[in-house]
Amino acid sequence: MFYGVDLSSRLLLGTARYPSPKVLADAIRAAGAEVVTVSLRREAGPERSGQSFWSIIRSLGVKVLPNTAGCHSVKEAVTTAHMAREMFDTPWIKLEVIRDDETLQPDVFGLVEAARVLSEDGFEVFPYTTEDLAVADRLVEAGCKVLMPWGAPIGSARGLNNVYGLKALRAHFPEIPLVVDAGLGVPSHAAAAMELGYDAVLLNTAVAEAGDPVAMAKAFAMAIEAGRMAFAAKPLEPRDMAAPSTPVLGKAALGD
Amino acid sequence: MRIFVNGDQREIEPATLALALAALGYGGKKVATAVNGRFVPAPARAATALDDGDRLEVVAPMQGG
Repeated sequence: MFYGVDLSSRLLLGTARYPSPKVLADAIRAAGAEVVTVSLRREAGPERSGQSFWSIIRSLGVKVLPNTAGCHSVKEAVTTAHMAREMFDTPWIKLEVIRDDETLQPDVFGLVEAARVLSEDGFEVFPYTTEDLAVADRLVEAGCKVLMPWGAPIGSARGLNNVYGLKALRAHFPEIPLVVDAGLGVPSHAAAAMELGYDAVLLNTAVAEAGDPVAMAKAFAMAIEAGRMAFAAKPLEPRDMAAPSTPVLGKAALGD
Repeated sequence: MRIFVNGDQREIEPATLALALAALGYGGKKVATAVNGRFVPAPARAATALDDGDRLEVVAPMQGG
């Protein structure tokens, strides 16, 4: 599904903001996630916290999708991607080039440029982008074989802000795996994304900061499965007028 | 000589990147490195000399979304 790698789970899970390492591990298992996102940060302090985090992730046997979170320039993102490729021994990179700190809106110009540089260097880029069609087209031109449009700003729990835009993106790129990345709050948001025909959902805060992250991980996994099944079952188009479900023909004449 | 390690000023003996990492307690750890904003792959650390004032970044796997 992603760059030639077939996965059975359509839920990609972030690893940040969980109340404890144990809850993180339990949530990943409950979600049935086969891919988790990770970052690179300064290894500081005597406790060397990155080393213990890494041993947890490794023990779960999941695939790792490193990100370039927090990068604001092409140079920063490209350098981070190189460090991630060495660290995690994977060509996969979730490419983030952020422009605005309030909305964490991607700098789509920098994103396209960084995607081109990295793709030419053998990276398999998962760009965190908006639902803009022209940008998506540029990203595909730059070598991306997966697109990850936001549902809403990262961590905002708003769900799908622009269903029309996401639908148009799906219609324009029927062959490209599409992942709604960021902004979801509850499982129904994820189900809605899957009902639009999206291939997968990437979540973090909605699970990690729920009252019970493990139960929420499971709930999201079920919603994503239900949404996918519904999409495959070809849902009805909405209509303005009622359409009686009970046959009219054969109704007894009981009026005066 | 004086270098900056993850933003903090440190005094080290003149050294290569590989020796500096060992001296700073990163020996054998899962880390990636950059010097003055440029990625230095692990195999190149032994041949990378550090200069006074160099900015060394040492990163590790961390939680991320």
